[in-house]
Amino acid sequence: MSFLIDSSIMITSQVLFFGFGWLFFMHQLFKDYEVRQYVVQVIFSVTFAFSCTMFELIIFEILGVLNSSSRYFHWKMNLCIILLILVFMVPFYIGYFIVSNIRLLHKQRLLFSCLLWLTFMYFFWKLGDPFPILSPKHGILSIEQLISRVGVIGVTLVALLSGFGAVNCPYTYMSYFLRNVTDIDILALERRLLQTMDMIISKKKRMAMTRRTMFQKGEIHNKPSGFWGMIKSVTTSAPGSENLTLIQQEVDALEELSRQLFLETADLYATKERIEYSKTFKGKYFNFLGYFFSIYCVWKIFMATINIVFDRVGKTDPVTRGIEITVNYLGIQFDVKFWSQHISFILVGIIIVTSIRGLLITLTKFFYAISSSKSSNVIVLLLAQIMGMYFVSSVLLIRMSMPLEYRTIITEVLGELQFNFYHRWFDVIFLVSALSSILFLYLAHKQAPEKHMTP
Amino acid sequence: MASLDRVKVLVLGDSGVGKSSLVHLLCQNQVLGNPSWTVGCSVDVRVHDYKEGTPEEKTYYIELWDVGGSVGSASSVKSTRAVFYNSVNGIILVHDLTNKKSSQNLNRWSSEALNRDSVPTGVLVTNGDYDREQFAENQIPLLVIGTKLDQIHDTKRHEVLIRTAFLAEDFNAEEINLDCTNPRYLAAGSSNAVKLSRFFDKVIEKRYFSRDSNQIPGFPDRKRFGGGTLKNLHYD
Repeated sequence: MSFLIDSSIMITSQVLFFGFGWLFFMHQLFKDYEVRQYVVQVIFSVTFAFSCTMFELIIFEILGVLNSSSRYFHWKMNLCIILLILVFMVPFYIGYFIVSNIRLLHKQRLLFSCLLWLTFMYFFWKLGDPFPILSPKHGILSIEQLISRVGVIGVTLVALLSGFGAVNCPYTYMSYFLRNVTDIDILALERRLLQTMDMIISKKKRMAMTRRTMFQKGEIHNKPSGFWGMIKSVTTSAPGSENLTLIQQEVDALEELSRQLFLETADLYATKERIEYSKTFKGKYFNFLGYFFSIYCVWKIFMATINIVFDRVGKTDPVTRGIEITVNYLGIQFDVKFWSQHISFILVGIIIVTSIRGLLITLTKFFYAISSSKSSNVIVLLLAQIMGMYFVSSVLLIRMSMPLEYRTIITEVLGELQFNFYHRWFDVIFLVSALSSILFLYLAHKQAPEKHMTP
Repeated sequence: MASLDRVKVLVLGDSGVGKSSLVHLLCQNQVLGNPSWTVGCSVDVRVHDYKEGTPEEKTYYIELWDVGGSVGSASSVKSTRAVFYNSVNGIILVHDLTNKKSSQNLNRWSSEALNRDSVPTGVLVTNGDYDREQFAENQIPLLVIGTKLDQIHDTKRHEVLIRTAFLAEDFNAEEINLDCTNPRYLAAGSSNAVKLSRFFDKVIEKRYFSRDSNQIPGFPDRKRFGGGTLKNLHYD
């Protein structure tokens, strides 16, 4: 009986998550496009719903809500479904939509998408070989095989995003890094842009006039057809068309310049807006947060280096350690069990919410930047795949932040994975990502001000 | 050669509707082989005979400014785009017949361009919402072009054409529906070519032959650095 109640609660929450994913898709991601293939929207919302359910189950685990056996059952079921989606459904549909875009293969879409999917499965399997992630006693098609590989990809993603986010966050928040941009700079750049456009226009006018006179004189500049046409074009090339190719080359160079100027002007406008924003209260608040986050970022990099160098994996989670410190060193006595439960709930809750929110925002930005009306379906499905893998490996990694008694469910459900390997792998990728982001931002920052100095 | 008079026409529309292909077709009478992303603005020139076939025939340059981007761009990109909207003599609004959103976004595109316009009509700079009345007193000729006509199935063609007719009426403009990969839609003598020619003639007329005292062509209106309301006071 209680199992039925628990299941109905779970299903209701899943439907709620599905609805949220649907709305997010419609109002944020596909704001400027028309949804013609509802399959894409359904897949995205389903992936989102099942990923969020996993987090929900963790929270329920900590709070002790619902019957423990029904929790276990739902864990297993959820995990199976989400692995099915991530490994079978989404890649197949990605292949299908890629093939649909290519006009040549339109007739045999299904065949080619199956071929693409098989290629994906081959590489996916091969992924497991160089990593010491499995003990050989598991069968070929067990959950552990799939999860371990999904985990590797997902943990790499999580670490890359964390590394970059940890460095980028203080860089964007703090106004110390803002370059000084005045209206004069912007006006000067705009003047250059318009001058370049004028030069392009005058050259194009010459080209258009030349083409018109050539057309009127009967020199057709179409492609020479046939054997004699080719011979003729070698010996007698009209002076007009030679001129045209020369001017066209100059125009190409000028157009490239105009594109650069346009991007630089947009950059200056963005910086100016940020300067204005930093003078408001919100801006000052974020500036202060930026300092705080930069200290946190440095500490994390330091810890990651120590973990790798000394080959140590933290045995206790931050909550228990914090409680130990307060009890032992500060001498404050309180009910350890009660407080550890609530604090870990809050901590894990914060981690989950910020990572979901951060991921959705990053995905949206990424989607706006690179999608077009042709490829929007493929990109959304890729994002759904990334999101699913990200959430699955977050569950894997979150195990570290939970006290021992709550870790058991994850260990039980996910099977005998080498969790230590994943944490080590996370530290390595995090370090690499953070250091290269620092290098990248440093180079970008250095390069920009030299161009915009007002003499 | 470069001493002919010129007019400036903007070509606006969402990403991927086919503005670059259209401009290439209009200016070079050839189909664009490899369309790629337009960053910033790309310009092309068409030589047009005003009042062709009459004694008053005169040749003009028509500059077609194809502005890239989407309506949902960051405000920094919008501010940068605004530099192209100065002293505009005509606007071609392009939408994709297979994508309803691109037609709906045309309202926002025209608001963005008209609010930065050089003709000071005292229009209040709203937050970009569509205001019907501003098109009633709009001085700039508009033309609505729908692309990708070949991808509309014959059975749906009728309702799509009705929808676009309403759209063009909203803008108080003519409309042309075509496929940018097929030059026969703009073949000389076809009704589309006539409409296009009429539109360009109207643009040239408004620019050079209008006795309207409000027209101060070529006057840049910079409302962007504040002081917009102050400037408007001069023109009443």
